[in-house]
Amino acid sequence: MSFLAVISSIELGLIYAVMALGVFISFRTLNVPDLTVDGSFVLGAAVVAVYCSGGGNPFLALLFAFLAGLVAGSVTSLLNTKLGIQPLLAGILVMLALYSVNLRVMAGKANIHLMDAASIYQLFAGSALGRYNKLVVAAVTTMVVLLCLYLFLQTRLGFALRATGDNEQMVRASGIDTDKMKLIGLALANGLVAAAGGMIAQYQSYTDAGMGLGMVVIGLASVIIGEVVFGTKPLLRRLIAVVLGAVLYRLIIAFALASGMPATDLKLVSAVIVTVAMSTGALKKIFKKLYDIPKIK
Amino acid sequence: MLQIVGLTKKFHQGTIDEKVALDNINLELAAGEFVTIVGSNGAGKSTLLNCIAGVYEADAGRVFLDGEDITAQPEWQRAQKIGRVFQDPLAGTAYDMSIEENLAIAYGKQKKLGLQPGIRKKEQEFFREQLAQLGLGLENRLKDKVGLLSGGQRQALTLLMATMVRPKLLLLDEHTASLDPVTARKVLALTDKIITEYKLCTLMITHNMQEALSLGTRTIMMDKGKIMLDLQGETRAKMTVEDLVAEFAFRSGTQLSTDRMLLN
Ligand SMILES: Nc1ncnc2c1ncn2[C@@H]1O[C@H](COP(=O)(O)OP(=O)(O)O)[C@@H](O)[C@H]1O
Ligand SMILES: [Mg+2]
Repeated sequence: MSFLAVISSIELGLIYAVMALGVFISFRTLNVPDLTVDGSFVLGAAVVAVYCSGGGNPFLALLFAFLAGLVAGSVTSLLNTKLGIQPLLAGILVMLALYSVNLRVMAGKANIHLMDAASIYQLFAGSALGRYNKLVVAAVTTMVVLLCLYLFLQTRLGFALRATGDNEQMVRASGIDTDKMKLIGLALANGLVAAAGGMIAQYQSYTDAGMGLGMVVIGLASVIIGEVVFGTKPLLRRLIAVVLGAVLYRLIIAFALASGMPATDLKLVSAVIVTVAMSTGALKKIFKKLYDIPKIK
Repeated sequence: MLQIVGLTKKFHQGTIDEKVALDNINLELAAGEFVTIVGSNGAGKSTLLNCIAGVYEADAGRVFLDGEDITAQPEWQRAQKIGRVFQDPLAGTAYDMSIEENLAIAYGKQKKLGLQPGIRKKEQEFFREQLAQLGLGLENRLKDKVGLLSGGQRQALTLLMATMVRPKLLLLDEHTASLDPVTARKVLALTDKIITEYKLCTLMITHNMQEALSLGTRTIMMDKGKIMLDLQGETRAKMTVEDLVAEFAFRSGTQLSTDRMLLN
């Protein structure tokens, strides 16, 4: 694998880390299996594509992507808390609906190229940073997001959000509306996911209506890899682990591609990584059994 | 302080399993009154507390707290005025958060929930003092995850969380029942101390008859969703555990199941 390929994998990993942080909020902090992600990722990319190709400011574009994601996450949460639809199904419904919505945002086109549009990744193009300009932008944006998220989770609202994923009964007994916490949590999670979608659109100068397929699995894979490799305690370390997990995931994929794996197998690999990571508990038991048999004899 | 009028709750309404858990309950508690509740299994004691706390919506009747009709309020809103400790020691705290973070959530009960710092330095000191009063050494473990605590420590912590911001009403549902006898006694003593010190209006369910008579200022006995005995003042002071059991048998026409009802 070439040095340049490594650099661009790290760049991609840092951008996808923003999405992984969103997935972390829903799956880990709130303990809600939110499948809106596949749709909200594209929503963010679509908003950016339309806004930037119309000559819009790339930073504002990301803000709009974030806001669009907030709305998508809110809808999922409201379907769950107000209409009593299970979180998993609520996410699937919104994801499905978003497929149409995204195409509408993209004015019916299945993909949009952003050839000449402004992008935050051109910020230091031609500067002293040389070929590392995109890497610097990606690293800084991800660090800013991580820091904001960390600070947010240290606020009173952040505490309530974390506790909601831990013990809803206790949160309600503390006089806090858990439905509202879930709304804020899922909105924030999908806001981050959509912002990441927007960043990818700018980075690749391209948005495709189908680019969200399997994003939730990729996000989850990043979270789990981060937890397994870099640990979970304390909170700041855990958030950093998610980011590093996302980068590591990209490097693994890039390495697999460089060693001749067809790109069409990518989704299969993602699914296998998550399956293996999520079944470590069960696998350990199986291995232990296999290992224990001779000892019993 | 608390006024309950015609409170009725049925489960599985309209099916053959229909069960009247609360049957037209009327109850009034003065400020600072500490009431113990006894009664056989399935008498409706927990349901009564759950209907007051808003966990269940009552089918009929109204609940007033400090003059305010709270019948239509959701559980979380009532909780700003009501403190609760549950039977399950896992139920009252957030497992994966630290002791101080749990306390901070409880301490924020009547405050605005926004982007203020979760814990301020000043509050940390206050939490330490409060924990020291529990006498369990938790004041040196502010940063420890609650998941590391024993059942008794968690119940003591939950009790502190429920009373730190003085509630208008404290609801205790057999909160020492799942603890070993020594720990249970400690937590109970602590409960009594806190309630007496802050003059909290309290409803405490217990299956220990001795406890029911020796703690608090008033004892009510429930059966089949009704209050069948309401003891206070001199009558209560003269009452022995044996009297209470006999009274129950007489009024309900059944023997009190003594397996769960500890007589002493
Ligand atoms: N969530 C529920 N669903 C259905 N029935 C319930 C529920 N909670 C309580 N009950 C029934 O209501 C009656 C009173 O229960 P409960 O209040 O828990 O009794 P106690 O606390 O006095 O032992 C019992 O017959 C019980 O089976
Ligand atoms: Mg009960």
